[in-house]
Amino acid sequence: MSDQTAVKPPLEFTPPGSGLASMQLRDAWHLLPWVIAIAFYFVADGFHSFGTNVLIMILFTLSLDLALGYAGIITLGHAAFFGIGAYTAGIVAVHMTTDPIAGLIVATILAGILGILTGMLILHTQGVAMFMLTLAIASMFYEVANQWRSLTGGDDGLTVPRSAPLLAYFGFAGFRFDFRGMTGYLYTLSVVFVWFVIAWRIVKSPFGRSLDGIRQNPRRMRAIGTPVWWRLVAMYGISAAMAGTAGALQAQATRLVGLTSLELQLSGIVAVMLVLGGERRLYGAFLGAAFFMAVQDWAAAVNPVYWMFVIGGLLMAVVLFLEGGLMGLLDKIFGMFAGKRVENGQASPVEAKAGDAK
Amino acid sequence: MLIFTILLDGIAYGMVLFLISVGLTVTMGLMRVVNLAHGSFAMLGGYLSSVMIRNYGVPFIWSTLAAALVCGLIGGLAELTIYRPLYRKGDLAQVLLTFGMIFVSIAAMTLLFGPTPVAESMPKWLEGQIDLGFRTYPAYRLFLIGVGTLLAIVLYFIIERSLFGARLRAAVDDPGMARALGINVNLLFTLTFIGGCALAGFGGAIGAGILPIEPFYALKYLVLFLVVVVIGGLGSFRGSLAAALAVGILDTAGKYLVPQLGSFLLWFIVFGLLLWRPNGLLPPKSAT
Repeated sequence: MSDQTAVKPPLEFTPPGSGLASMQLRDAWHLLPWVIAIAFYFVADGFHSFGTNVLIMILFTLSLDLALGYAGIITLGHAAFFGIGAYTAGIVAVHMTTDPIAGLIVATILAGILGILTGMLILHTQGVAMFMLTLAIASMFYEVANQWRSLTGGDDGLTVPRSAPLLAYFGFAGFRFDFRGMTGYLYTLSVVFVWFVIAWRIVKSPFGRSLDGIRQNPRRMRAIGTPVWWRLVAMYGISAAMAGTAGALQAQATRLVGLTSLELQLSGIVAVMLVLGGERRLYGAFLGAAFFMAVQDWAAAVNPVYWMFVIGGLLMAVVLFLEGGLMGLLDKIFGMFAGKRVENGQASPVEAKAGDAK
Repeated sequence: MLIFTILLDGIAYGMVLFLISVGLTVTMGLMRVVNLAHGSFAMLGGYLSSVMIRNYGVPFIWSTLAAALVCGLIGGLAELTIYRPLYRKGDLAQVLLTFGMIFVSIAAMTLLFGPTPVAESMPKWLEGQIDLGFRTYPAYRLFLIGVGTLLAIVLYFIIERSLFGARLRAAVDDPGMARALGINVNLLFTLTFIGGCALAGFGGAIGAGILPIEPFYALKYLVLFLVVVVIGGLGSFRGSLAAALAVGILDTAGKYLVPQLGSFLLWFIVFGLLLWRPNGLLPPKSAT
């Protein structure tokens, strides 16, 4: 596998350094998700807490996209960081301060640090061993939360007090969190937007592009002098921090942190959302999480058992028939209208073999 | 005396893990498929056997054997239809698809048998205690140890001493070279997959007293089965036996000696072991 580096040029190549300034009219669709999200605030009568949950899942899915999609770190233990974020925000609110932003920052930093520390250990390995290590880490965190009852409440869960008004600093009264969750929705949306801009900058940066290379052929990247391990650890840490933020937001929104936030099932569900939307697309997280949550809301109301069929069936169908997820499907549809064939940016043969390289 | 309890309980538990996981190690070692749905076959075996015992009065031994047979057949069908297209895909696609299968199996079992765990349906002769001379011990666990040992010996002769086993080991070590030598690796794999699923179904059925059968079975014990396979070394028969016993004894010891830590100790050791030997304790030649 030496000479056939038929690595296709990435679909949307932005030269490093060109930022928002080079946006053109045809890029206006980038505003669409945000316009929808803001419009939802005004029309969603009584559905704000559902909208908040969707936004939280979008953020969590986005974090997995960074680690799994862009860096190619196959993990089924990402709920560990979500749960750490949720428990940290909950514990901060119970024992220290109910200021939402303080809880958010502490949760994000702690999840990020744990991401970097565990990443430093596990990213030395590859393939199945690494995948198992992510599962082992998630299981360890789960057991800690389960057994440390005095701090986490064990399987009863942790009840989180209502957050203090938002931005209530320097004598400003702040924005109160209302019972309908309208303030909570805008707060969550702002946090998601900030993280999205960061993620956008990261994947378009030289650092992000180098991770593209590492995913496709780590050996070659090492040969041209890329510090492969450090780059992976950095991306894993960022992704963990982002997942921690998502967990913290959920703790503040639902005001209850349970062991489900650390379960394997959650790691699986977020992976479903990611592949459903499409990996390595950033907006795939939006599409996947929103679609998934809407279907879940509908199916669970009909019968929770069908719901499991739906998740499992969706996952299998996407893997077998819909590579590239919903975003890939959209590409194909728009490509047909534009009268040109669109490559779906899927794994090249080199990439599929990347696990073998050492 | 505690040490005997830990050892015997741990070995009985380890034997169940071994029976269920030994098929998985071949799947993951030979065809390099990350098969997360393997536990679903064990769960299916457990359900089938309990239904046969309770609704039709089939004797315990026959019901477990029949369950193994059905699981093997369904496994063979699944191999031909679902797993085949997966061999050429990457790790991620395999992880996701087989994870999806777990969800489907959870839903199917809940629909068919209800959400609650099925009550154990042990025959009379397994319910009592047996006098070991220095103490008494549950007959059921001794039975598990006996059956596990017997099957381990049988498997040893099949895998390490027969022509079939020699071909299988060759294919695990180097599938390309095995093909070049005229070994029909695809057929070999289908047969092994059937055998592995049958063993899983059997293990799930006779191990129901230790790993209770419920719809979430495949998800709940998934990491445990994978740990046995990965710690043992993908594709290594002896490795998976050693790892299953080690996991069984360690988990039991942890729960007896430091109950306040729960399973944490087990995961911590697994974590350390995998960092130390990412290819497992007794990896086949291909991995070293």
